[in-house]
Amino acid sequence: MPQNEVVEGLDLDRYKYHFITEDEPVFRSGRGLNEKVVREISAQKDEPEWMLEFRLKALKIYNAKPMPTWGGDLSNLESVLDQIYFYVRPQDKMERSWDDVPPNIKETFEKLGIPEAEQKVLAGVGAQYESEMVYHSLKEEWEKKGVIFDSIEDGLKNHPELFREHFGTVIPSADNKFSAMNSAVWSGGSFVYIPPGVELDTPLQAYFRVNQEQMGQFERTLIIADEGSKAHYIEGCTAPVYSTESFHSGVIEIVVKPGAHFRYTTIQNWSNNMYNLVTQRALVHENATMEWLDGNLGSKLTMKYPSCYLLGEGAHGSVLSIAYSGDGQHQDTGGKVVHAAPNTTSQIVSKSISKGTGRSTYRGLCQVHEGSVNSKSNVECDALLINDTSRTDTYPYIEIDEKKSNIGHEATVSKVGDEQLFYLMSRGMNEEEAMALIVRGFIEPIAKLLPLEYAVELNRLIELEMEGSVG
Amino acid sequence: MSDSPILSIKDLHAKVADEDIDILHGVNLEIGRGELHAIMGPNGSGKSTLAKILAGHPGYETTSGEVLYEGEDLLELEVDERAQKGVFLAFQYPVEVPGVSIANFLRTALQARLGEGEEVDLFDFQDELLAKMEILDMDPSFAERSVNDGFSGGEKKRNEILQMAVLKPKLALMDETDSGLDIDALQVVAKGVKRLQEEDPDMSVLIITHYQRVLQYIEPDHVHVMIGGQLVRSGGAEVAADLEAQGYEQFKTPATG
Ligand SMILES: Nc1ncnc2c1ncn2[C@@H]1O[C@H](COP(=O)(O)OP(=O)(O)OP(=O)(O)O)[C@@H](O)[C@H]1O
Ligand SMILES: [Mg+2]
Repeated sequence: MPQNEVVEGLDLDRYKYHFITEDEPVFRSGRGLNEKVVREISAQKDEPEWMLEFRLKALKIYNAKPMPTWGGDLSNLESVLDQIYFYVRPQDKMERSWDDVPPNIKETFEKLGIPEAEQKVLAGVGAQYESEMVYHSLKEEWEKKGVIFDSIEDGLKNHPELFREHFGTVIPSADNKFSAMNSAVWSGGSFVYIPPGVELDTPLQAYFRVNQEQMGQFERTLIIADEGSKAHYIEGCTAPVYSTESFHSGVIEIVVKPGAHFRYTTIQNWSNNMYNLVTQRALVHENATMEWLDGNLGSKLTMKYPSCYLLGEGAHGSVLSIAYSGDGQHQDTGGKVVHAAPNTTSQIVSKSISKGTGRSTYRGLCQVHEGSVNSKSNVECDALLINDTSRTDTYPYIEIDEKKSNIGHEATVSKVGDEQLFYLMSRGMNEEEAMALIVRGFIEPIAKLLPLEYAVELNRLIELEMEGSVG
Repeated sequence: MSDSPILSIKDLHAKVADEDIDILHGVNLEIGRGELHAIMGPNGSGKSTLAKILAGHPGYETTSGEVLYEGEDLLELEVDERAQKGVFLAFQYPVEVPGVSIANFLRTALQARLGEGEEVDLFDFQDELLAKMEILDMDPSFAERSVNDGFSGGEKKRNEILQMAVLKPKLALMDETDSGLDIDALQVVAKGVKRLQEEDPDMSVLIITHYQRVLQYIEPDHVHVMIGGQLVRSGGAEVAADLEAQGYEQFKTPATG
């Protein structure tokens, strides 16, 4: 890892808030995706041969697979992809100054009440982040317990067997076009291993990983929760991710071994030019529990359906998500649960809010394989429409091959009503305050599961988003 | 100032917004500070409409007449401005706000009244809320329930009174708050209203009801009868007793409606 001030600033970037300036840095790969780019990435990272082959094979799959025709509108994506750089060496990321940060972003920081020092870090122009000290003492504690919490690159270097045993096994490259793309060009992300029986009280937070490679457009995370362990991983933040890049495609693989309990929380607020296409999946073994807690805000289009494959008897999976779509945005999100063993249980709760011309789609799949007797699944999706121009759709797919199972599905659509607004306003709240309170109440069942500081930030963000919602 | 009425309604005509449905046909009413008025009248006569118009419901339009609140044109004010200036409507049909606890709801309502940079003191608020709940014979855990979500009819009404007690209006409009309350609850609510008036003798109350019983607990200074969008008779407590005995038939004229 080269010692470079800029890199440090970026790596400490708690909020994935990063800039790429218009100037072309010297060491960028060319635009677009091809074999040369893939080889270059692998060489830059000094990877073992098997990883290069893995990448090249994924590239072939990517090229062979057509663009999905379901989900959101991807018709412009090809031209976006032709223009982007699939790899930028971290040391080549451009230095920038506070003056370069767009005023609207600064304003949002102000409104969110983020202290100035932190604002600079967020904008990628600050130096050290205070949490480094906190992180070091935590890291020591974790290391004593045998916990690995590294960048994905270091995971591959330092724990080759463990890495290779699991990498690409949860989400094969061929799973979908974007998992293939990620498999070809991945860069950045976390590698986490929790040893058997280890329980962590403090969540592992992505922003704690200092002096590591910047999480990028093609982040790749691999997490293994070994038998009987218990941990919580948190990624992202409600502060806006500002980026001139317009494409993000991550792959998150999680293995939850027997009796383990793992929760993965993401809160992301993308700028509204962003295509955000993420594949998240967990393999959940006997009597293990996996919980996805997912908050998606912003972006032009997000397609994201965290999934749980319940492979062992008594496994439990849950996918709880909140999606917010503002003007011109489309959140196509939901969840997927596959019951492949007896006595497995799952829950999907999805709450979406659409404002202005925003559009939210719930897309979910619940599959019960034959022999998964006594499996239970409950799906609930609730949509809240703020304006008459807002839109929501629901696509719940249910495939049941086992009669002795119990699947429930419930969907509601509500519109913020005049009577409700009148009631709140008659207590002295103005229209925006009333709207924000209604929205906060709507997401409360999920928001209350968030760590406090995230819940507070989310609430503040909703207040901001509700400004100008009325008229 | 304190001699002038808190509310003065002159020849108020109103209709449903964007539709040709006239509801109020010339209402006249004056409420002095600290006075307690009651309006009775048959279903559909316009009682709730009057209350909602006073609170600023956007679904109605006033076509003529005037409403002065503390000498100011009330109809010019937004709903939240009216509330902040002390108008409170206890709803006949309170609205559900899922996921928002009563405590959170009230704290937000109080916060909305404060200026920039001022914050509701959480400890004071908690004390105040618990004290008011005690007066209204409510279990403290009630404050953590989502506003009106799954409440029984009586619980909804009690919640309206709790809000009134915490928000301390100058003019309280109580639309059938007594309906759906059992006898014990009715007494508790009546006691609560009295207590509020003791705390603030200037608080004025307009209570809409179908039943004389509540008026035995909360003794009104004036009772009005609304028929067909007009107040056709006004008097003292004897009006209520009279209605109880004779019904509305005596007032019905085919001229309105
Ligand atoms: N938004 C509306 N659209 C159409 N008609 C309305 C509307 N609001 C009120 N009305 C009508 O106006 C009349 C008066 O209604 P209001 O609710 O004021 O009656 P009320 O005196 O409160 O009756 P109750 O004793 O049953 O509560 C009724 O006939 C009602 O149907
Ligand atoms: Mg009524």
